[in-house]
Amino acid sequence: MCLMRLPRVEDIESRLTGPRTASRLGLWLGAAFGICFLTGIWSHLQQDTPGWLSIPTSPASLYRVTQGVHVATGVATIPLLLAKLWAVFPRLLVRPPRGARRLLLHVLERGSIAVLVASAIFMLVSGSLNVVQWYPWEFSFRATHYAVAWVATGSLVLHVAVKLPVIRAALAGPEPASEGLDRRTVVTATLAASVATTVLTVGQSVTPLRRVSVLGVRDGDGPQDLPVNRTAREADAVGPALDPGWQLTVAHDGAERTFSRDELLALPQVQERLPIACVEGWSRSADWSGVRVRDLLDAVGAPPDVDVRVESLQRRGAFATSILPSQFCSDPRTLLALGLNGSTLALDHGYPCRIIAPNRPGVLQTKWVTRLETLA
Amino acid sequence: MTAVRWTTGVVGLVMIGVGLWSMRAFDADQLVSMLVWLAGGVVGHDLLLAPLTIGVLLLGTRLLPARARPAAVVGLVVWGSVTIATANVLLGVGGRPDNPTLLNRPYLGWWLVLTVAWWIAVAAAAWWSVRRGRPLRDA
Repeated sequence: MCLMRLPRVEDIESRLTGPRTASRLGLWLGAAFGICFLTGIWSHLQQDTPGWLSIPTSPASLYRVTQGVHVATGVATIPLLLAKLWAVFPRLLVRPPRGARRLLLHVLERGSIAVLVASAIFMLVSGSLNVVQWYPWEFSFRATHYAVAWVATGSLVLHVAVKLPVIRAALAGPEPASEGLDRRTVVTATLAASVATTVLTVGQSVTPLRRVSVLGVRDGDGPQDLPVNRTAREADAVGPALDPGWQLTVAHDGAERTFSRDELLALPQVQERLPIACVEGWSRSADWSGVRVRDLLDAVGAPPDVDVRVESLQRRGAFATSILPSQFCSDPRTLLALGLNGSTLALDHGYPCRIIAPNRPGVLQTKWVTRLETLA
Repeated sequence: MTAVRWTTGVVGLVMIGVGLWSMRAFDADQLVSMLVWLAGGVVGHDLLLAPLTIGVLLLGTRLLPARARPAAVVGLVVWGSVTIATANVLLGVGGRPDNPTLLNRPYLGWWLVLTVAWWIAVAAAAWWSVRRGRPLRDA
């Protein structure tokens, strides 16, 4: 065969693409999407907890692990999805069959694949832009990422059902002998790409890899050795947070007590080492000091089985209030933090005080707290 | 086999239904924006990225000796995937001027260093493969 003849798409398809490559990449892709889906649903349940579910307070790092895995797996999925789409791309050129029934089935199959491809790309692109806090769209990120996740995963499950005979045949058949460039090269290169992408970005969640992850969204530094998700300026909390007349109000069943920051510092102080884990995937452990939330609730005679609404001074952005379920209020590790890593809590970390509890998403670790009130 | 396929298919359809049901409160602006981004991803891939990749592969098939091609494919797949997967930090979008803890690395600089180092390694591997033996049959 002449080296210089004009090659055809079929030349590449026959050796590198097709069901064999697609099925093997599909296994990895299916596993990755499954992990992202389950960890994503878990994160959603943490933020919108239904009445029947009680989120455990231990292990303290559970959310740190699940959300770190969610974002890291999402990033690692990008090379897998690109390679999978490339492996089946020549199928786009297949001509539709003749006959109304076969044509209808063909159109339905193509339609379901279009939904799968569109929703899969959407999940990875919207997730990637969320972690850099860029929102060039009109939809709510969280609600849409959640809804499209069901469509993407459902389409994937439907796709597996439709293609099951093809997948089984491709995975069961003997591997044709070849040397040089073949399917194994493509699958191995794709897996290598996933690993490389992960190592270069995962340092925001896996602290020992901070220095290696040179393309990570955060290097892990920040005031008091901790990154910031939303600054006091962005939340429009600077003025009220620095007001010398600031007071914390603790309320239960009509009874109220107020505390200045000095009065809070005069109460028994506790130190806890707890992680802060953001929904965007970054996390770090820190030494927090402050007053046990349980002690504050005891001061107004609140019983142990009540939920507490936490109100922030922030005047802009979501999560200005959060609900702290009773099991978190009762956990002795849940603090109204006044200090961080040995010094006074920085303004961007929630000065004059913030909530820090084990196993909670960062958005629910309310900053610039002004009021704790029990819910009936 | 048929029962497994039907069950799996119905589970998939129910999950799609849950997703569509979750969109019931979206207003028109949200829905239109979501649809634009859903379609945009497919268009960007099918009309831009995939033809570009196939073009590069065809060019590689024409220009490179068979023994150099595995290294070139590995080089392209890894470099291309990493570049696309980290486009969110390379494009200079996002971040906030009041938050120096976000996007706080010299991303383009690191990407250039990694790109140069990677392609030198790929070229060395390809050269070694070509020198190691006689050319494989044309693929």
